[in-house]
Amino acid sequence: MKRRIFLKGSMAVSALGVALGAGLLTPTAVLAAWPDKAFHAKKMSDALNALLGSDAVEESADITIDVPEIAENGNEVPVKVISTIAGIESISIFAEKNPSPLVATFNLADNAQGFVSTRIRMGGTANVVGVVKAGGKLYSAKKEVKVTVGGCGG
Amino acid sequence: MAKKSIRVRAKFKDGVTTVRALMSHPMESGNRKNKAGKKIPANFIQEVTCDVAGKTVITSLWGGGVAKSAYLSFKLNGGKGEKLKLTWVDNQGKSDSVETAIKG
Repeated sequence: MKRRIFLKGSMAVSALGVALGAGLLTPTAVLAAWPDKAFHAKKMSDALNALLGSDAVEESADITIDVPEIAENGNEVPVKVISTIAGIESISIFAEKNPSPLVATFNLADNAQGFVSTRIRMGGTANVVGVVKAGGKLYSAKKEVKVTVGGCGG
Repeated sequence: MAKKSIRVRAKFKDGVTTVRALMSHPMESGNRKNKAGKKIPANFIQEVTCDVAGKTVITSLWGGGVAKSAYLSFKLNGGKGEKLKLTWVDNQGKSDSVETAIKG
């Protein structure tokens, strides 16, 4: 029985794949929103400008960056950004010394809490910066992670 | 696409739903080189969206700096018993999605 459900599930997925391939759904429109410039910026300020329209960032005590002090493997550094600021629009994660500092950005709806967690790659020991956009203003907090083996290749 | 690339858990507790998702994907940043010294082409998830009860809760845009076997977790207010849909799209236009019910 379980096998049957699994088969049905995988068929549904492949049908979706076909639909996407044929352009019946609209991932292209979605992809257009991906801020190419921000993700390829080599400097953090450039990335901030391209992504959020400003690099005027205010440090805030209401943002917590939860990262390990020492990461043995730069390929997988767990990062949590928690913020109690009201009216959060987005949370972005930067690794200051990566080839492209912008790692990820999360746009949050009203019912989402100020919490995101993911795993990132880090090229070496650097600050992890969390930038929160709320009410049109930018707030940030940072924390250093010591990386023993970098994870950005080269 | 015989195998699901996404594993997702959504749990409701004390008015808050915690969603955890794991997406198996190479997440190749485009900066790495292979043994011959040639750059491995970029292949990573660019966008992950999550809808609860048909409404988008989170849109995450990712660069090549997100680790392999991409992990994402977030929290939302309410959501008990609702349907959750998680979709990813990578830079080569491939995508996958999964639906699950939020456990109360």
